[in-house]
Amino acid sequence: MNNLAVNNLSLVFAFSLVVVSLGIVYKEKLGLEKDIIYSVIRAIIQLVIVGYILKYVFNINNIILTLVMMFIVFFNASYSAYKKSAGIPHSFQISFIAIFCSTSVTLGLLLLAGTLKFIPSQIIPITGMIASNSMVAIGLCYRNLNSNFRDQRQQILEKLALGADLKQASYPIIRESIKTGMSPTIDSAKTVGIVSLPGMMSGLIFAGVDPVFAIKYQIMVTFMLLSATSISSITVCYLSYKQFFNDKKQLR
Amino acid sequence: MKNIIDLQGVSLKINDQSILKHISFKVNSGDFLTITGPSGSGKSTVLKLIAGLISRTSGDIKFENQSIDGYDPIDYRRDVSYCFQTPVLFGETVKDNLEFPYVIRKKTFDEAHAIAELESVGLPSHYLSKSINELSGGEKQRVALIRNLIFLPKVLLLDEITSALDSESKKIIHTLINHLNDSNKITILAVTHDDNEIQMADQLINIENGQMMEVTHE
Ligand SMILES: Nc1ncnc2c1ncn2[C@@H]1O[C@H](COP(=O)(O)OP(=O)(O)OP(=O)(O)O)[C@@H](O)[C@H]1O
Ligand SMILES: [Mg+2]
Repeated sequence: MNNLAVNNLSLVFAFSLVVVSLGIVYKEKLGLEKDIIYSVIRAIIQLVIVGYILKYVFNINNIILTLVMMFIVFFNASYSAYKKSAGIPHSFQISFIAIFCSTSVTLGLLLLAGTLKFIPSQIIPITGMIASNSMVAIGLCYRNLNSNFRDQRQQILEKLALGADLKQASYPIIRESIKTGMSPTIDSAKTVGIVSLPGMMSGLIFAGVDPVFAIKYQIMVTFMLLSATSISSITVCYLSYKQFFNDKKQLR
Repeated sequence: MKNIIDLQGVSLKINDQSILKHISFKVNSGDFLTITGPSGSGKSTVLKLIAGLISRTSGDIKFENQSIDGYDPIDYRRDVSYCFQTPVLFGETVKDNLEFPYVIRKKTFDEAHAIAELESVGLPSHYLSKSINELSGGEKQRVALIRNLIFLPKVLLLDEITSALDSESKKIIHTLINHLNDSNKITILAVTHDDNEIQMADQLINIENGQMMEVTHE
């Protein structure tokens, strides 16, 4: 760890970076000053709290406590995804189910394969990584579902009029939305290492780990996120499309 | 003769705005009924209600003497088939559209039948592989009509389907509609402004401002 040089004083100096962005916002009259200050303060407070909580949880190494932490991550991720749904009914429950499925399948496989151990210092960060990527995928699915159900309204009505069931009438939209949810993960898998060094790999290299060793973790993470975003996208899209219809199978 | 469609005091309000007020009429099985009225009077809305694509606020709609709420909506819409006023084709080719009725019934596509249907509305067989973007408005309207006819419904709801057609194509469609009505005994409800169609009808309904003005029986 002796390569790491972030101490409290250097963080204070790094704060000048925030001042740079505030300066830009002020000069261009973007009106985002409050937003930036609020989000910076929030980030600091959240991270400080999380740092102490994680230290405590890692030390105690208790299964129940680990599961509770996972649940909190699921809940927060579902809530953020739900807010992106713009009013799709039951979208909180749907998001929760999708994140739960994607995380448990992905984690389960990694645990079975012995890649991960069920200890909080491994499970909790990985859960966070899976849940946040699932959350982004779900948000994209919701946005795509909403815009397509709006733009293709007439087409769906015609399919219903011809006697299509809800799935048949929505099928092109479901497929398209699943693709949209998965595409950022696929795209970033293509450029990983070429354009950016992902957070986990950078972190390991920062902390002095041999890059050749760090890439093994990154390969695992890439596999993991592909599975997580595809599971969450498919779950969300198949649970959500029905919400665009009423109980008489009419488009809302 | 038994009646197949029966509207009993059907009203529709959307956001407190009254769109239809107390519409009542019966259609006998095998009849041809036309609906006329000014733009915005509620003609399309009546057909969409009968098709089960929207829900009424009050009153009842019966199909074969049973409220339409009692039927499975999907099966019902295959029996009572609505052809839109300005239809949108889906997919990429004409074939995608004619295949759709087979796909939703999990049946294999019958190309010969689809071509026969194309020819029945005056479109040549090679149109099957034509891109939907290359079709004229009147051609799209005819392809849309065939989608409703690949598997014959019991009741056909036609919403101004001849408005975009020239007199030649109109004649072809009239012959087809007459044939469906006479030989196949399909009940037809058609919104139209066309004098020939009005003359073909057994019953004529006039709607103005969401209200039934008159019913004429031949
Ligand atoms: N979903 C809706 N929300 C609000 N108003 C609607 C809705 N659908 C229809 N209307 C209104 O109901 C009235 C009747 O519409 P409708 O489409 O049935 O008229 P129409 O008789 O078919 O007219 P046209 O001859 O122009 O096709 C119109 O004033 C229309 O604006
Ligand atoms: Mg109309």
